[in-house]
Amino acid sequence: MSYHSFLLEPISCHAWNKDRTQIALCPNNHEVHIYKKDGNNWSKIHVLKEHNGQVTGIDWAPESNRIVTCGTDRNAYVWTLKGDAWKPTLVILRINRAARCVKWSPKENKFAVGSGSRLISVCYFEKDNDWWVCKHIKKPIRSTILCLDWHPNNVLLAAGSCDFKCRIFSAYIKEVEEKPAPTAWGSKMPFGEVMFESTGTAGWVHGVCFSDSGNRVAWASHDSTVAVAEGGKTAVCASLTSETLPLLCVTFITENSLVAAGHDCYPVLFVYDSNKAALSFGGKLDVPKQSAQKGMTARERFQNLDKKATTDSKEAVLESVHKNSISQISILNGGKAQCAKFCTTGMDGGMTIWDVKTLESAMKDLKIV
Amino acid sequence: MSKNTVSDRFRKVDVDEYDENKFVDEEDGGENQLGPDEAEVDSLIRSGNLMGALQAVLKNPPINTKNQNVKERAEGLVLKVLSAFKTSDIEKAVQSLDKTGVDLLMKYIYRGFEKPSDNSSAILLQWHEKALSAGGVGSIVRVLTARKTV
Repeated sequence: MSYHSFLLEPISCHAWNKDRTQIALCPNNHEVHIYKKDGNNWSKIHVLKEHNGQVTGIDWAPESNRIVTCGTDRNAYVWTLKGDAWKPTLVILRINRAARCVKWSPKENKFAVGSGSRLISVCYFEKDNDWWVCKHIKKPIRSTILCLDWHPNNVLLAAGSCDFKCRIFSAYIKEVEEKPAPTAWGSKMPFGEVMFESTGTAGWVHGVCFSDSGNRVAWASHDSTVAVAEGGKTAVCASLTSETLPLLCVTFITENSLVAAGHDCYPVLFVYDSNKAALSFGGKLDVPKQSAQKGMTARERFQNLDKKATTDSKEAVLESVHKNSISQISILNGGKAQCAKFCTTGMDGGMTIWDVKTLESAMKDLKIV
Repeated sequence: MSKNTVSDRFRKVDVDEYDENKFVDEEDGGENQLGPDEAEVDSLIRSGNLMGALQAVLKNPPINTKNQNVKERAEGLVLKVLSAFKTSDIEKAVQSLDKTGVDLLMKYIYRGFEKPSDNSSAILLQWHEKALSAGGVGSIVRVLTARKTV
């Protein structure tokens, strides 16, 4: 894996372009910086300044090469590359609280914004007026929407919220698309319909992700649990309580395996067995450097006892690659079906690119099914 | 000039109660939860079967009920069982519990911390250490995030 430290401040959010040569990230302020890969280094090529509040979500559409950003100033902007500069277009979201997350739909003709106003704004481009228009999904959301993910059919949207529930909504916009075919989550999909609502887990839902086929959805919740639900006549839910601190982001890397990361600063693998409808812990994906165990001199021992009231020789230094919570995880190569590389960014201002093959060979018991 | 002669009762109004968007937890109908069976637990303690007493006292936790008396009674009972254990037996007892049992034990331990009495904190701290090694930090996170507590 390769670690690159961009900043000293946390990276609020990031997004990659189609060929993974450029990354757009927010350095915990009102701007978006775009870095380009330059051999082994990263050079800043663009600075996007339009937001008046912290940028909380960035998504880069691979095919149409447009960036959508949303921030705490209750606005979203769609940026298009004109020549050598990125030009913003304001999108009126009609929200009265901060926007928290934004995602382009798979066909890139719509995007959804989750906000603190307890609603989701689904925005689409109206050709007649040459303007982005939005529709709201309000019921039955009762608190801030923290995370979103689109189903591959471009209509269903999974949303994790602070009211302790993960829901799947239909975001069908008749102006831009045809009626969708039936899916595992249901066949009637009018706009705003709740196709699935989770029960059982307590705790804010920090991260949500559809699998590649769209038949499964996984979410990570603040009560240190991860859960997977499989669509069907009756949705089957499997959850796993973990012994670690809460996880903040989760993604599928194959149809049966998930990688999640959070406040413990290292990514973790989970494996879902659909026959038993059970989720199990697959392994810690960080390879700690084996620090040489020096023998403690008597002087050091007394110093430790004096300073820290302990004779423990273990230092209070994190052994993981990231030195602070990991807040976002994104797939680089291979898609959600056969991910080969994924990337994590965190509150330590660093970005790590993880290679699935090297992880598999490095950790003996790791099996990614 | 220096004395406020107009009523200031308006300052004590709880404005959050009148907020139409106030978050209300779902009702789960916990009227029938009575907590662990006192008689059964007492007899198990007296007969010396402490492991059995622990299993029995962790049954039927009064999680959904709003009746505070039931919750206090349950907590008192749990404390009685926990104090009856010898220090050396605590670890084995914790190992015998499953994941949900460890989470529930953590909830009771933290509730016990809220109202310390003579020796309870010391005993609870010993139990806390063993439960932590079994349940990890995650079990403490679940105590903090649970909307329905014992």
